[in-house]
Amino acid sequence: MRSNLATLRSDVELSLAGRVVSPFGYRDRKSVETVLTGIPEIDALAGGFPRGALTEICGPPCSGRTTVLLSALASRTADAEVCALIDARDSFDPRSAEAAGVELQQLLWVRCRGLDQSLRAADLVIQGGGFGFIALDLSDVAPEMVRHVPLNAWFRFRRAVEDTSTVLLVLEQESNAKTCASLVLRMSLKTAKWSGAGKGNVKDKTAGINATGIKTTEISRHSRGGLAQKVLAKEWLAQAGLAHARLLDGSDVQAEMLHTRMQSINFQQAQNEFRQAQNGPVSIGRRFAGRDFANSSDGFERSDTQSFSAQSVWTYLHALPVEAKLK
Amino acid sequence: MSFAAIHIPDFIVQAVVRGEAALRERAVAIVEGTAPLWSVVAANRRAAQVGIELGMAKSQAAQFTDMEIRHRSPVQEKTTHEALLDLGWSVSPRVENSAPDTIVLDLTGLSGLFGTEEKIAQELAKRGSGLGLSARIAIAENIEVAILASRGMPGITLIPPGEEAKRLRTLPVRTLLPAPEILETLTRWGVETCGRLAALPVIQLSERLGQEGVRLHTLARGALVRSQVLAKPSDNFQEEMELDDSVEELESLSFVLGRLLDQLCERLAARSLSARSIRMEFELERSFEKGLQLSADADQHKLLPRKFEKILALPVPMRDSKLLLKLVRLRLQSDPPPAAVIKIMLSAEADRVRTTQRGLFLPASPEPEKLELTMARLANLVGDANVGSPQLMDTHRPDAIRMERFRLAQEAAGGRKKKPIAAADKSVEKNSSASRIVKPANGFRLLRPRVPACVELREGLPARVFFQGSHGEIVAASGPWRTSGEWWQDPWDQAEWDVEVRFSASAQKNRRSANPAGERGLYLIYYDLRQQGWFLRGMYD
Repeated sequence: MRSNLATLRSDVELSLAGRVVSPFGYRDRKSVETVLTGIPEIDALAGGFPRGALTEICGPPCSGRTTVLLSALASRTADAEVCALIDARDSFDPRSAEAAGVELQQLLWVRCRGLDQSLRAADLVIQGGGFGFIALDLSDVAPEMVRHVPLNAWFRFRRAVEDTSTVLLVLEQESNAKTCASLVLRMSLKTAKWSGAGKGNVKDKTAGINATGIKTTEISRHSRGGLAQKVLAKEWLAQAGLAHARLLDGSDVQAEMLHTRMQSINFQQAQNEFRQAQNGPVSIGRRFAGRDFANSSDGFERSDTQSFSAQSVWTYLHALPVEAKLK
Repeated sequence: MSFAAIHIPDFIVQAVVRGEAALRERAVAIVEGTAPLWSVVAANRRAAQVGIELGMAKSQAAQFTDMEIRHRSPVQEKTTHEALLDLGWSVSPRVENSAPDTIVLDLTGLSGLFGTEEKIAQELAKRGSGLGLSARIAIAENIEVAILASRGMPGITLIPPGEEAKRLRTLPVRTLLPAPEILETLTRWGVETCGRLAALPVIQLSERLGQEGVRLHTLARGALVRSQVLAKPSDNFQEEMELDDSVEELESLSFVLGRLLDQLCERLAARSLSARSIRMEFELERSFEKGLQLSADADQHKLLPRKFEKILALPVPMRDSKLLLKLVRLRLQSDPPPAAVIKIMLSAEADRVRTTQRGLFLPASPEPEKLELTMARLANLVGDANVGSPQLMDTHRPDAIRMERFRLAQEAAGGRKKKPIAAADKSVEKNSSASRIVKPANGFRLLRPRVPACVELREGLPARVFFQGSHGEIVAASGPWRTSGEWWQDPWDQAEWDVEVRFSASAQKNRRSANPAGERGLYLIYYDLRQQGWFLRGMYD
């Protein structure tokens, strides 16, 4: 049996001679540089987004994928990197992106009509080179359509960004890139956070129903409308003590790391720190890499998930001084 | 002080050959006239060797084998002359425009840049070759001597001071460009070279040929001294080509465009300049059927343009002809000429070469030239209006944005380097929105176009919502928030609601997403008071 295996091995090596250097040799996985996502919980979970690799963020609608995208875009544009967003369904909202801190002047936005166009646009942008961050937003494309994207398209993307400093992020409802993805995160919505009076179910609310039409009309007279109006409206209604005077403050989102192939520099640094704290070796699993950082005092949780809160843009504006609102 | 004269022999032929590199090694005859009375007006040396003579009819010239016959092109002669001037300005700022085929350069002070006069001449010949010109170059201390030597002697000629008359002695008298009757007289006298003319007594020559005879005598001796008349450098970079047959297909047109762009970029490079924009002008052919129709209807004559213009604005000055050709092709693919093209004119708006150097520790960014090509390809794929950088408009109207041309930060700052925001600086930027957010801002996705929805109200509050084949219970809501404005033009009047929807299990079959039953979602719905209907604006994601 042993001799048969050795013969088989030599046959394979001979047939691949000149094309593959050592087909059965262990290939060291390079440590890759990662960039911060702007969300500390995700950075703690995955060590950030790897450069020169494909990262997938999947999840159902309203699960927080766009929150992660905007946060990453804000982080990258703040570091003066040039970013590109290929928007498959033209659903990017620049106003909320600017509120999230994205420098819109450093963002190339490609508004596509459909999956095929967006894949071709992504290919052009990746081949163009030089972008620090490229996001391919397939969030609103039906998962059954994305499932039919041939695997060689993902391979092509992965190969194109390999050995570059580009972060390639794909947003979708399901993970499709398989082994081409170096990091896969799954997002899910835990709870929505509401503030103000009347936190219960809509059915329980009766107060203020008759007043809504009149009161809101008065509110619109006080302000020009839009975001600032909501902030002022909240103050006004809170003072009036109306039952429906509440706002969507944000949401609690859970991120789960499904797959990682990267040992990021940040991640290794965290591992070393953890070793020093534990005075012993720690093994890192390929699949749920975060699991081994158990009960660490450095803030890592004993799980492959992390939760974070996303703050509503309206609430954020409320926290700003008046002069900032006017700007 | 020494001067270099650059002369283009067979200028009419070279003007045509410059546009067709394949003709350089062929026998070429240039014809001119009105059909069918075309006659040969110029021919290169190869053509003369096989027997082509000036004044020969086109039909006669066509009988020679391996003979290329082309029509004379004043347009190409003009651009070739401009290229010759650019060749001069690429070396010296003091250039005299002596003749369409001859220029004179002042070489004072150039030895520090190029070395000896011989090296200057070699450099001129090399640059001329790059511009598609085969030039004769002569350097002398006298302008007229340099011009005569460049006309009469092939290759590079260096005439030391004091040897002017000796070196000009062997040149034929016609090099002096005398009037035909004087040339005939001199020929009758047996005076065929400059040396023989210089040996004649001046007074007797003056008695017979007048002042023109004295001038020719002084020229032949190399003793005519005059000042250089400087030409004003021109920023007009233009290349034109008239086509023998009209071209309709873009693929064929791109060959001609590539050739013209090569010449244009060579000229720009000779002047150390780049193109800020390329203007394309196409003269269109009017077909026979259209001509009939147009003659019948004079009004339509105005509707169909004879010319088709396009301007390719470049974000950074560039002169890479291959890159420019790709950009031009992409532009013409999205908006091709409406008819066959019979004449092409390309002109470049010249600008200084980009000299910015990026910092060692700055983050990587796309090369401006490659970025422009990528942008052009993207615009070709998704449309010009769908690529760019979003800019918010000064209004609270929902989705009020405009797309601006995407520019790199350095270009937007007018070439000034923009420092990356260092970690220390971030804390200083207290007013920036990014630094003020402790928690990440909730992402919002807009639905374009808006999605009609059915909302079931219960006691005045939205209780159930139906959209895109799915339905769910509204478990929490915030609103209505009235938004209105722009009463002076297309006003809007809407009541917005932030709602938390719990989708029912039965609705999951119809939903496109793979969400589990009982999943919740945060949406923004609104009631349009003008259209009396509910719509879904977007979702919090």
